Amino acid sequence: MTMLGNFDFDVIRRALPYLFLEGMRFTLTLTALAAFGGLVFGTLIALMRLSSYKVLGRIAGFYVDFIRSLPLVLVIFWFYFLVPYIGQWLTGASRPITVGAFASSLITFIAFEAAYFSEIMRAGIQSISKGQPAAASALGLTYAQSMRYVVLPQAFRNMLPVLLTQTIVLFQDTSLVYVLSIPDFLGAASKVAQRDGRLVEMYLFAALVYFVISCVASYGVRRLQARIAIVR
Amino acid sequence: MNYNWNWHIFLEPNPMGTGTYLDLLLSGLVVTVKVSVLAWIIALVSGSVIGVLRTLPSKTASWIGFCWVEFFRNMPLLVQLFLWFFVLPELLPRSAGLWLKQLPNAPFWTAAIGVGLFMSARVAVQLQAGITSLPRGQKQASTALGLTTVQTYRYVLLPMAFRIILPPLTSEFLNTIKNSAVAITIGLIELTGQARSMQEFSFQVFEAFTAATVLYLLLNFVVVTAMRFLERYVAIPGYITGK
Repeated sequence: MTMLGNFDFDVIRRALPYLFLEGMRFTLTLTALAAFGGLVFGTLIALMRLSSYKVLGRIAGFYVDFIRSLPLVLVIFWFYFLVPYIGQWLTGASRPITVGAFASSLITFIAFEAAYFSEIMRAGIQSISKGQPAAASALGLTYAQSMRYVVLPQAFRNMLPVLLTQTIVLFQDTSLVYVLSIPDFLGAASKVAQRDGRLVEMYLFAALVYFVISCVASYGVRRLQARIAIVR
Repeated sequence: MNYNWNWHIFLEPNPMGTGTYLDLLLSGLVVTVKVSVLAWIIALVSGSVIGVLRTLPSKTASWIGFCWVEFFRNMPLLVQLFLWFFVLPELLPRSAGLWLKQLPNAPFWTAAIGVGLFMSARVAVQLQAGITSLPRGQKQASTALGLTTVQTYRYVLLPMAFRIILPPLTSEFLNTIKNSAVAITIGLIELTGQARSMQEFSFQVFEAFTAATVLYLLLNFVVVTAMRFLERYVAIPGYITGK
């Protein structure tokens, strides 16, 4: 029995600074920036899908369906190899440019999450009654103004719990950068685990940390949902 | 882009000696399908049990259901796979742990069970929503007719609930297929894994990933089409989707 008899708590304690200051910082930064970028681009895609220009709607719909049928792991590999070439094309360099691990994963997650966030924002925009944009245009607001000041703030507010839930999913999904040997929280735990031969301790600890953060965050979302549900 | 495209690469023999590179990718596709179907069966069976538990009046039952769902929903799938693959054999008695580690095809079974349990939490939540969406009268009428709880679920609630939640179940099955790619991290060589090995052997990275992408899209298309037929076949008359 290897049970808790020789469970080495000290290996976790010694690794704490590395795990949190390096690993968790990477994970949280990636989550926050990807959620923000995903929301911005997702909203743009949702507006394209709902626009009266059919071509724009088609392009946006194609992008969303395409990304949503692929496994995130495959998309991570795609971008990891593709981004240097895109960079070369954009900058006109003579060879594929080197892109850091963080930049590469950030671009991947923004592109990937934009597809998912756009579906949420589309539902949010469609949940606004037609009278709102109609009243906005009657008041002389342009399309951009009506979206900026009337529709989007309400759509965002209605969808806030769903957006936050998707962000918790994103937080868990960032662990997949492991396939690129990037030291995010799980990657850092895995590095220590392999270096010290302490897989049980490190993986159990990593699981616990993800579990606690996700639980607390979903509890917060449920509270928020209960609070804003009464507004209308 | 100064990348040497070579679309003929698929017809060239792969270094594993198992035919062409295309054969390599197709064998990966077969593994993806097998692991996804097995995981989906596990998810459906255990998810249905948990989903029913969550709707029972018993406090204990709904508490078990709650814990199950929270446990499998609040950890990344990758971490869960690591727990089953690396940690579980160490926590078991030595002989059982050794047996687990020496199991042939361990990544395959771990992936099927790990992805299956991960998805079971989502199935459970969907089924619970389906059951609670039914009018209260259905359950009351069953009780009035003298049906036991088991009979009520078996003959009244579940046949309705499953048909109502078929569309979300379709997307959960698609998610299962996509999630099976995470098993690459415990050494399962499925479709994404084969695309990766093709890239390492041949250096034709974009051809390999394009082919894998096309195969995933095809798989998606097949599943969606098949499920459309099933949805139409089992549609409940009188509901919006019904005849």
